Amino acid sequence: MRGSFVIMFFFSAGIFCGFYSLAPSAMKNSAFSLYALNLLLFLVGIGIGGNNTAWEMIKKMNAKIFLVPLSVVLGTLLGSSLLSPWIKGITLRESLAVVSGFGYYSLSSIIITRIEGETLGVLALLSNVFREISTLLMTPLLVRYFGRLAPIASGGATSMDTTLPIIIKFTGKEYGIISIFSGIVLTLTAPFLITLILAVV
Amino acid sequence: MVLITLFLLSGMLAGYFLRKRSRIIEFNDKVTTGAICLLLFLLGLSVGGNEIIINSIAKLGIQAFVLTAGAVSGSVFLSYFVYVYIFRRKGK
Repeated sequence: MRGSFVIMFFFSAGIFCGFYSLAPSAMKNSAFSLYALNLLLFLVGIGIGGNNTAWEMIKKMNAKIFLVPLSVVLGTLLGSSLLSPWIKGITLRESLAVVSGFGYYSLSSIIITRIEGETLGVLALLSNVFREISTLLMTPLLVRYFGRLAPIASGGATSMDTTLPIIIKFTGKEYGIISIFSGIVLTLTAPFLITLILAVV
Repeated sequence: MVLITLFLLSGMLAGYFLRKRSRIIEFNDKVTTGAICLLLFLLGLSVGGNEIIINSIAKLGIQAFVLTAGAVSGSVFLSYFVYVYIFRRKGK
């Protein structure tokens, strides 16, 4: 949770400096942020590939547990495509790309900004931050009315870190493992699915 | 777009071979957080200097909210069936 505040602080600081033109103009150079993005993607890759617990866990899991992240992917795409026609000024393709962040707002907003521009990037940032916040707030209610997988589904990619403590508190330790697993799979899926949707749809 | 996938995959490959060297991985996590903060600062920078986005931030917020509501309800809905028909049955 502290991490989220730090990240949002940097974003807000950027808006402030941009609004009052406080930053050196060299920083606005898009080649600079392109290099930074490529570096980030490489680093994120190292983080995923080097995650020992993740590899051990995936080896031991039975096939059933894959149904959890699968239902999150399908549910996310289905739910947003049902609502997308009612939102003015946004296409189905854009909606699908935004929600495919599964709450992983830092990376998804950066990738989407790179491919589609800042407006959709900001939408992705907001939408995915909302996903994390609403999971933090609604977990007790979700468990009560929709079962113990519900907060894991709602949390999406965040269920492996930022929303994990509250999920464990309301569902128990054995669901904590499912939660971490689902979060890992979705964290992995998000950057690929976003790129795929923007390239193909 | 090919580039994005390429950087991500080569990182994962490198990470896989480095996975036993926990100090490198821990250091990598710190640098990653730094890179994310920098890039979001840069995103903020161009957003703050972009009048069109600043003026439509409320609209973007509402769009984001509706999209998230759809995404979360869809996920919760499907996971409910997985829970009732597969997970809960197995446990009892």
